[in-house]
Amino acid sequence: MWNYEKRLQYPVNITQTNPQMAQVIISQFGGPDGELAASMRYLSQRYTMPYKEVAGVLTDIGTEELAHMEMVSAIVYQLTKNLSPEEIKASGFDKYYVDHTLALWPQAAGGIPFNACEFQSKGDPITDLFEDLAAEQKARTTYDNILRLVKDPEVSDPIRFLRQREIVHFQRFGESLRLVQEQLDSRNFYAFNPEFDVPRPAPNC
Amino acid sequence: MNPNQMERCKLYRWIHMVSFAVNDINLYLDTHPEDMAAIDYFNHYRELRMQALKEYECKYGPLTIDTAAPEDKWLWSTQPMPWEGGCC
Repeated sequence: MWNYEKRLQYPVNITQTNPQMAQVIISQFGGPDGELAASMRYLSQRYTMPYKEVAGVLTDIGTEELAHMEMVSAIVYQLTKNLSPEEIKASGFDKYYVDHTLALWPQAAGGIPFNACEFQSKGDPITDLFEDLAAEQKARTTYDNILRLVKDPEVSDPIRFLRQREIVHFQRFGESLRLVQEQLDSRNFYAFNPEFDVPRPAPNC
Repeated sequence: MNPNQMERCKLYRWIHMVSFAVNDINLYLDTHPEDMAAIDYFNHYRELRMQALKEYECKYGPLTIDTAAPEDKWLWSTQPMPWEGGCC
């Protein structure tokens, strides 16, 4: 169950359109290391996660990623608002516009559509948490790449916020991995898969 | 910007600040569930956030469905969506 909160996690107020920049930033919506993949990754992994604190982290970070997806979408929306056909043509936005007009659609900057193969839900806590740690760093690198191209402070300010959150999430996933490993045999963390090999008692209610 | 808009933006910004504090400590508490200082911090900012959300609803309209208290008009869907920007 989710409730919508009618505000962005961090405000986005862009007054100058820039369709060329929108085409780059859209990768953090539907690209390989984007916020849609991040959210789906964590929210999919959590059901079979046997450690409740870690299932909590996956739920709360997965939820925050939905808010990040909304921020990235707001940035792309504001960068492409009310464009004229001439501006669309001149900026190279025509190849996106022909299929989606000015609507949001999850794709990578290179035009590749969003695909669930961009994330993993492997059913092994160590494997999944390493995937999550890597995902946060890949997203951080993507934001660093975007920040080298952005000149407008109205755009770079919310992008910097998003970049910082990747680092915080990396920290929390690192702690989650430690919590998992503390429950396992330090001589062989891989002796069994706690998401599969251990029978768990039925819940009380 | 008129004084009324400035007041509104000030409260809106405050909601972002206290909500961020709640959100960030929430993640920390997920992996440190017995950290008493963090629990006190959470309770403090959660209270400030709830007060601010109620005040905002009362003066300008709801940001959450739980603070929505419609009288003669349903403002939840008739006020601007957050991606439209504008305030602050």
